[in-house]
Amino acid sequence: MEHFFLNIAHSLIVWLMGLGLSSKGADLVLLIVQWICIVAIVTINVIVLIWLERKVAGFMQQRLGPNRLGPAGMFQTIADAIKLLTKEDIIPSAADRIIFRTAPIFFIIIAVMLYVVLPMGDGMQIVDLNVGVFYFISVASLSTICLLMAGWGSNNKWSLLGAMRSVAQMISYEIPLAFSLLGVIMIAGSLSLSDIVAAQNNIWFIILQPVAFITFFIAATAELNRGPFDMPEAEQELTAGAYTEYTGMRWALFFLAEYTNLVAVSALASTMFLGGWHGPWLPSWIWIIIKTYLVMLIFMWMKWTFPRIRMDHLMSFSWKVLIPVTLANILVTGAGIQFLAGMGW
Amino acid sequence: MVLKSIEENDVEVLEKHNIIVTTLEKVWNWGRARSFWPLSYGCNCCPIELMAAGAGRFDIARYGYEVFRASPRQADLLIVAGPITLKMKPAVERVYAQMPEPKWVLAMGNCATSGGPFRDGYSVLPGADSLFKVDVFVPGCPPRPEALFHGLLELKKKVESS
Repeated sequence: MEHFFLNIAHSLIVWLMGLGLSSKGADLVLLIVQWICIVAIVTINVIVLIWLERKVAGFMQQRLGPNRLGPAGMFQTIADAIKLLTKEDIIPSAADRIIFRTAPIFFIIIAVMLYVVLPMGDGMQIVDLNVGVFYFISVASLSTICLLMAGWGSNNKWSLLGAMRSVAQMISYEIPLAFSLLGVIMIAGSLSLSDIVAAQNNIWFIILQPVAFITFFIAATAELNRGPFDMPEAEQELTAGAYTEYTGMRWALFFLAEYTNLVAVSALASTMFLGGWHGPWLPSWIWIIIKTYLVMLIFMWMKWTFPRIRMDHLMSFSWKVLIPVTLANILVTGAGIQFLAGMGW
Repeated sequence: MVLKSIEENDVEVLEKHNIIVTTLEKVWNWGRARSFWPLSYGCNCCPIELMAAGAGRFDIARYGYEVFRASPRQADLLIVAGPITLKMKPAVERVYAQMPEPKWVLAMGNCATSGGPFRDGYSVLPGADSLFKVDVFVPGCPPRPEALFHGLLELKKKVESS
């Protein structure tokens, strides 16, 4: 079971080479297969996640949540997807058509790009970049531009306000997000995600870096535009923020991308802090799934527990609390590493 | 079992062999009927019942109809839960026009079905059906959440058979 997916990949390459393909050609085909797998996993996962989100919301509010369609309401999201696919597609006449149409496509492409560097098991990584963490953060921050495109292209005041908010929020929270990961990188001594997982063989980084984990979690919630930081689409004040003018499948693509980002960031959190695919008894790829889902459940718990906070509080919380705390964490981590090195560890 | 052509009475035979024949329209209507995302319009007392319908005791989420969208662009069902005054009329018309097809309207409460106590008033429309085609009327002043659910399930039947 441990090498289930690796064996599949290996036998695929052997089969392709047997067909007369060169090794580079076989690698290219394997890359395409991996890409298709990512898109398939993401789409199926989102169906489960939206159902889970609604069930968790019901649980938090002492309700039942969807339970009429299929076992425990499992098929509710499928009905929603069918409906969204067949909705009328409205593009406002005042909208900037090209930007309006491309914004959701870029948003989902960027969300899928994040999965390239994530180690999904022992040796199960599509590309092992030596700047993996850096790649992840920089690609994740690109999605800000897509939200701005959506807000600007819609030519609607609510959309633009929501987009402006999301840009301000995501740029402010990018900094504590990167700083909180710096402590882990300093201990592991590498930006490569597989090296960071290998460094957690004995002890998980959540024990060595508890402050970094908490600040990372808060900053990631803001980065994902999830509650209690879902200011960009605060429906009570901004209708639906940057997504106000989007209908049917275009809107669903934004939603898909948001949940894809949620899975990616949860997988990053479990890779950086919770020991990645390390774990006893079970195969490594099951461990990463368990940990990712646990982190996602905590994200959902936060979303349905806290009320949305005010915009100015949000900004001052980032600049006045999170950034000083993460900077102090870096200082303490550096001093600790030097101290322990001096002790001869 | 290979069939050369499918006729009306063959459908039962096929279903016995676990082969379900359907049309795309049926699949679409299946999805649409089970995922009404409401856009609510109301004044004071019917929306209180709407809130009760969303909360724990009644829980509209069981049917999957709990996704109240704030933007009409993402809504399928306009729940008119209150009298439409002449001043409010252009706004409701505009919101209805902004909703993408296919869209439905549910008139909740006596004010929305007929004008209620304000029927002869100088500033109130006698019911939502004087503005647009209403699919389901739910009478009551205000109707209980059960009545709203009954209306929603009737609308579900209507959409499925359309």
